[in-house]
Amino acid sequence: MDYGFLFIALACVFGLFMAWGVGANDVANAMSTSVGSRAITVKQAIIIAAIFEFAGAYLAGGEVTATIRNGMLDTASIADTPEILVFGMLGSLLAAGTWLLVASIKGWPVSTTHSIVGAIVGFGAVGIGMDAVHWSRIGTIMISWVISPVLAGSIAYGLFMSVQALILNTETPLKNALRYVPGYIFLTVFITAAVTFTKGLSHVGLGLSDVQAYILSALVAALVAVGGGFFIRRLKLDPAADHKFQFANVERVFTLLMIITACAMAFAHGSNDVANAVGPVAAVVGIVESGSIAASSMVPSWVLLLGAVGIVLGLVTFGQRVMATVGTRITDLTPSRGFAATLAAAGTVVVASGTGLPISTTHTLVGAVLGVGLARGIGALNMSVIRSIFASWIITLPAGAILSVIFFYVLRALLS
Amino acid sequence: MALKSTIAEMLGGSPIRPLQQHMESVVACVDLLPKFVEAVIREDWTAAAEWRKQIVGGEHDADRLKKSLRKQLPTHLFMAVDRRDLLDMLQMQDKVANKTKDVSGLMLGRRMRIPPPMVDLFTRYVARTVAAAHQALKAIQELDALLDTGFRGRETAFVEGLLRELDHIEHETDTLQIELREQLMALERDWPPVDVMFLYQIIDWIGDLADRAQRVGSRLQVLVAK
Repeated sequence: MDYGFLFIALACVFGLFMAWGVGANDVANAMSTSVGSRAITVKQAIIIAAIFEFAGAYLAGGEVTATIRNGMLDTASIADTPEILVFGMLGSLLAAGTWLLVASIKGWPVSTTHSIVGAIVGFGAVGIGMDAVHWSRIGTIMISWVISPVLAGSIAYGLFMSVQALILNTETPLKNALRYVPGYIFLTVFITAAVTFTKGLSHVGLGLSDVQAYILSALVAALVAVGGGFFIRRLKLDPAADHKFQFANVERVFTLLMIITACAMAFAHGSNDVANAVGPVAAVVGIVESGSIAASSMVPSWVLLLGAVGIVLGLVTFGQRVMATVGTRITDLTPSRGFAATLAAAGTVVVASGTGLPISTTHTLVGAVLGVGLARGIGALNMSVIRSIFASWIITLPAGAILSVIFFYVLRALLS
Repeated sequence: MALKSTIAEMLGGSPIRPLQQHMESVVACVDLLPKFVEAVIREDWTAAAEWRKQIVGGEHDADRLKKSLRKQLPTHLFMAVDRRDLLDMLQMQDKVANKTKDVSGLMLGRRMRIPPPMVDLFTRYVARTVAAAHQALKAIQELDALLDTGFRGRETAFVEGLLRELDHIEHETDTLQIELREQLMALERDWPPVDVMFLYQIIDWIGDLADRAQRVGSRLQVLVAK
């Protein structure tokens, strides 16, 4: 492999490009419910996103990567010519990154996950052969695209209903908010921490048994919940206020919860979507280092770091501007409604990442927001946008695939 | 370069706030009526014309808000409140402003004189009608809290209390209307018959105005009950 260093360098550059696309395109969506409900300012959202996206990508991003790399293609037939796979992966990265760039410029709601899946499948079908693609595996991934919004929607519906029953729709909404919000904080942190400790962190060298991980998660969650409860009490709230102000005060309590949930969402997004960029990079690195196609290998932590940096770069350069437009929109998303949607989405993403399924964060959020809307929690939802999201679902796969095939041939011609 | 966030785009503009704003503008228009009537009673027609101009302006504002809200509610919106109910509500609200305009137009156009024995009662009648519009607005202002609680339970009970009060005010205006008619009947032989006819009509119209304010409340009742 005389081209080894060149391949790795190219993979890093293209991977960074793709990660930039993830940061530019998706992070604004992941944070939009928090910014849209006025719980946090755009500036705060960027800081939260930068920290927690990075942490999520670096600490818990290894799991999905394996699926993207090994789950979709059967590489046995090209065992003698591993560079084919290198070209394919490079082409896929370039294709997905390009498609994301176009979509970002056009303002289309595409999914970063779909882009890379489409690209890898496209390369596999053309570069290796139709039967090299694990179509059944692709089917599973596609089903998860339908299931994840439905699941997130159902959870969001349930969560919002519980918020109504326990807090909003009671004689003393404010008193109940003070009582129950720490419980919601516990739930939020526990889900995020549990998946991080059980699924991520392996490359950091923190070997925990599952029981230990859950105990640790519960401890962390309890700590944050107690801290949050303490913080809420310090807010200047007036329990004697008339009911109109009660609601305003309740929303102030929920603002804290929304911030914590936004952190969880950024973390979940980072852990789920970094794989889209670093999976192919890790594959290239693995091939170059071993000279053959490994069945599966650990994602080197420096590759995850590369992806994490790329996401933050995309967020700061481009995502920031998208978020600024979110901040100016007046919606009737209150912190209590936004919280239900965001926690449901984050929970779904985190659990899916834990099982290694690459799902789309954006679609999970769309499903969750719909769920809150169905619970009569959101005044109006724009169905035509939801239709365009579905259209983008359909079109992103072939677009990624076609671009990927083109780049694959170009790269092969240039580098062979 | 188009900068969009899918989720933000998905959250169609809230229909609740514009509906409340529309009602606010309607009530602002109704609020001018007592001042106008006062000028009519003083037979100060320049002042009356001035108030009338403002009432017309207020009605235009309400119309503009109505049209923009209608534009904002395309069929592809999925709403917590039934679309038809919302448009009905909007129309009911708008009719309150329209009636205010009609009342002031007729009174000014006919240079209407209110018989002195009727002045007190007539002023009270107008005041209670305006109060009905205010009460309807109060109920509409609770719509966002209703949304918070999913149109169930405590908040719904609170709104129903507001609506009962609205019914009560409207009922008061009915009583005043009957009294006014009786007064006018006692006076009608001494007044120009055509003027009397129109006085009867204006008493009716102001009654309509209170009635329409109450109907805004009834529409809200329908939303709450679903």
